[in-house]
Amino acid sequence: MTDIAARGYAKPDVLVSTEWVAAHLNDPNVRIIESNEDPLLYPSGHIPGAVEVDWTTDLNDQVVRDYLGRDGFAALASRIGITPETTVVFYGDKNNWWATYAFWVFQLFGHTNARVMDGGRKKWVDEGRELTRVVPTYPATTYPAPERNDAEIRAFRDYVLKHVEAGGQLIDVRSPAEYTGEKLHMEGYPQEGALRGGHIPGAQSVPWARAANDDGTFKDAEALKAIYLQEKGLDPHKETIAYCRIGERSSHTWFVLSYLLGFDKVRNYDGSWTEWGNSVGVPIVKGPNPR
Amino acid sequence: MANYPPKLAEALEDFSYITTRPERQEYLIQLADEFKDVKVPPSVATQPYDESHRVPACESDAFVWAVDQPDGTLKFYFDVLNPQGLSAMAMAVILGRSFDGVPLEEIAAVQPDIVFDFFGKDISMGKGQGLMGIVNMAVYEAKRRLK
Repeated sequence: MTDIAARGYAKPDVLVSTEWVAAHLNDPNVRIIESNEDPLLYPSGHIPGAVEVDWTTDLNDQVVRDYLGRDGFAALASRIGITPETTVVFYGDKNNWWATYAFWVFQLFGHTNARVMDGGRKKWVDEGRELTRVVPTYPATTYPAPERNDAEIRAFRDYVLKHVEAGGQLIDVRSPAEYTGEKLHMEGYPQEGALRGGHIPGAQSVPWARAANDDGTFKDAEALKAIYLQEKGLDPHKETIAYCRIGERSSHTWFVLSYLLGFDKVRNYDGSWTEWGNSVGVPIVKGPNPR
Repeated sequence: MANYPPKLAEALEDFSYITTRPERQEYLIQLADEFKDVKVPPSVATQPYDESHRVPACESDAFVWAVDQPDGTLKFYFDVLNPQGLSAMAMAVILGRSFDGVPLEEIAAVQPDIVFDFFGKDISMGKGQGLMGIVNMAVYEAKRRLK
C-alpha cells in the first residue's frame, strides 16, 4: 500500500502507519489503544505499551443503552493515563472496525488529538512486529472531560426519521442480506435482534468492509470515491447518516467518509437497526433497492 | 443442563467457578491455542469451503462439519478463517470435545446461550450472535438427523 500521504485523503494526518507506531512506542505524548471485537485478542498479545479500551466494559453505560458520560470518560482517561494533549492512536481487529468505534466515542468528548493505525492489528501481526502479554500501567491523570456532545456526529431515531422524510442521504453498512431483509434460512439461527428486516428508506447499501484492502489498510481516496461517489452517487456536501446494527460497523464508514473523503457532515446512528427494526410505525424498505 | 453431553456439563461447571474476566480470558485463550485438535482435515474439506458449512452471523468466518460415524454419533470439525478469531476457535474446541461421539439427543438439547456461560455477558451483541451461530449450527446437525 502506498504511503498514507500519497493516497489523496482529505485529512491524511488522522492515519499513522505501523512504522510510525513502532517508532513512538516509548513516546510519553503518545498512547497506543487497542480496541477489538474479540475480547481475547488483547490479553493474548498486544503492541508493547498499548492499553485496552473495551467497548462493552469501558465505553458503554452499564445500565442505560448509551455511552459513558463525562465522569466515566474522565475516569477512563485517567486509567489509561492520558490528558487532552496526549496523542491517542487506536488500532484493533477486523480492519480497525472497533478501533474506529472507540475513536468515534472519543470524538463525542472532543478528544481530537486522535489517530488510527492503518492496517490495524492484522498488519502489525503480519509484519512480524513485537507483541507482548505485559499489561502496562501508567500514572493516573486528571482529565477535564467536557460533557458528551451528541449534537455533531451522532444521530438519534427521531432525527433520522426527519432526515428520511426530507429525502436525506443515508448509508447502510450491513451485509447485503441484512440490507434486503432476507431471512436466514436455517431454523434456529439468530436474526438481527430486531422484529423487522430490511433497511431505512433511501439508504444506499455499502458494506463497511469495502473501504478496506485485504491487508487491513484503508483503500486510497480514488478507490473510495469510486465506491461512495461514483457507484452510489453520494454527495459529500450533503449531510449523511450511517448506520448498521448497533452503530459499530457504521463508525468505520463514518470515519472513512468524514476523514478520508472529507464529507462535510456525517453522523453515526448508533441506535441503528436494533432500534429502527424494533420501532413501531417507522418506514422500512425490503429488497435490494433504496426505496 | 442435566441432559447435556457430560463433557460440556463438566466444562460449564469449570467455568462457573471463574470469577474474574482475566481468568476467563486466559482459560479461553488456552482453548483457542488447541484449535488444531478440531480443525477440519483435508480428507473432510478443503478451501474454498462449501458455503453451506459457513456459520451465519459469525464475523470470524467460522465453518462447521459433522461427519456421521458408524455408531450413529457425529464427529465435528471446524475452521475459522480469520486468524484473529480466537473466541470462535475457543468455542469450536469446546464443542468439538463435548459433542464428538455422544448421543444426538444430548447435542440437540444444548441451548445457544451456553456462549454466555463461557464468555461472560460482557461481550458485544455481534460477538454473542456469532458464537451462538457456531453452537446453533452444530446442534442443528444433530437435530436434523433426529427428524
